[in-house]
Amino acid sequence: MTTVPSAGRRDVEPGPAAAEDRDADVRTVLTAAEIDRSLSRIAHEVLERGKGGDDLVLLGIPTRGVALARRLAQRIASFEGSPVPVGSLDVTMYRDDLRLRPARALERTEIPASGVDGKLVVLVDDVLFSGRTVRAALTALDDVGRPRAVQLAVLVDRGHRELPIRADYVGKNIPTSLRENVLVQLAEHDGADAVLLRPAGGAR
Amino acid sequence: MRHLVSAGDLSRDEALLVLDTAHEMAGLQQREIKKLPTLRGRTVVNLFYEDSTRTRISFEAAAKRLSADVINFSAKGSSVSKGESFKDTALTLQAMGADAVVVRHSASGAAQRLAASGWVGGSVVNAGDGTHEHPTQALLDAYTMRRRLNAGTGDLAGRRVAIVGDVLHSRVARSNVLLLATLGADVTLVAPPTLLPIGVESWPCAVSYDLDAVLPKADVVMLLRVQRERMSEAYFPSAREYTRRYGLDATRAAALQDSAIVMHPGPMNRGVEIAAEVADSERSTIVEQVANGVSVRMAVLYLLLGGAFDTSKEQQR
Repeated sequence: MTTVPSAGRRDVEPGPAAAEDRDADVRTVLTAAEIDRSLSRIAHEVLERGKGGDDLVLLGIPTRGVALARRLAQRIASFEGSPVPVGSLDVTMYRDDLRLRPARALERTEIPASGVDGKLVVLVDDVLFSGRTVRAALTALDDVGRPRAVQLAVLVDRGHRELPIRADYVGKNIPTSLRENVLVQLAEHDGADAVLLRPAGGAR
Repeated sequence: MRHLVSAGDLSRDEALLVLDTAHEMAGLQQREIKKLPTLRGRTVVNLFYEDSTRTRISFEAAAKRLSADVINFSAKGSSVSKGESFKDTALTLQAMGADAVVVRHSASGAAQRLAASGWVGGSVVNAGDGTHEHPTQALLDAYTMRRRLNAGTGDLAGRRVAIVGDVLHSRVARSNVLLLATLGADVTLVAPPTLLPIGVESWPCAVSYDLDAVLPKADVVMLLRVQRERMSEAYFPSAREYTRRYGLDATRAAALQDSAIVMHPGPMNRGVEIAAEVADSERSTIVEQVANGVSVRMAVLYLLLGGAFDTSKEQQR
């Protein structure tokens, strides 16, 4: 459960200073109940800002963004009483750091049948860090269609942006050092919900 | 993966990675905008010493959809006809900065030679070398089988595949046997004894001379082309006799299971190894194979060129 996180894909390792005792300094920053409340709040905020959920499309960024998008869609559907289209958008082939690492396996891209043209698309991801994943997602979205507007919802904003990108909906702002990793665990993938903070270097 | 020379080089996990990646590529090909920016600034050279329609076009389409620059080279009308050697041609391409060389050659082992010699710095993809191998064809065949029989996931464990015809001259057969064995399928080669290569008993497959005995159990029947251009000797008395014993006509096709599929790597000789009505039937995947070829070759090019060269394979996979 505390092994290699796929959330770590955008946690760029700052250096060779590998901390071997990674269990020692692991800190829980969001509990399951807090994640639950954050998602409910974000669902309400999305509806409030979008003045309802009529032309809403939720697109999760794999892997954990997809699970979060599904949860948000469920909540919004229960508040509004009508289903919300939800899908996934793999950004791997649009990343700017492809040549820094061996070729990665692709994840699912599933665009709802209704498409994104003229819709309000909310991109959903687990951690907002450098902003490069979101930039890649925006480029990927260009090839899918032309939404009316694009917004961004993240569970955790950990700072250290490298691009002029911000989130519209944030579960929790967590100030971090570059020597730390944020690890998001969700029941769909990891058996339980939690957001952990731990020293970098142990993951890979 | 650095090069793709033989289907036998692929582990089960690597083969499944290619097929899964191809599945995602196929999904992206349903869009209005089919182009991906992934290989922007990379150069893919199609080095074709032998005639080819679908393989060359398929590699070209795959590279272009990933935004790579494509240089097509065919031996006809090039300095090869002035006597330039394979090595000198390869060095010329290297000087132009090829990130990948897709090579088709009439000599078995040409791709291996190119990959091992260090003449080119980039990846080498074997697009058919003599009577040796054609790994991307095997991958697209496996992909097609998986889509039709297994709903596009997992391996081919327990599936029965009959490969029928000129195995002796077929690089498609060899690559398919190696890859399908890796993916867990039971392969039976069906051919007259004269069209089986020496040493076939060491291949990971069964051999039969009797097509009618194999058909009722098969999930897949793959027919190989009777290669007239390689038939300098008499391997069978006449084309009509070959067709009578090894051709898939409507009567034989009726003996197949309802779910069984009929494959052919193309180009086919209608009326020789396959009857026209079978080639155009519901079971036939021949056109689908061509479409899948682009997705599979996109996957191969992406996995070879999409990242840094994989120096720590064990760690990554």
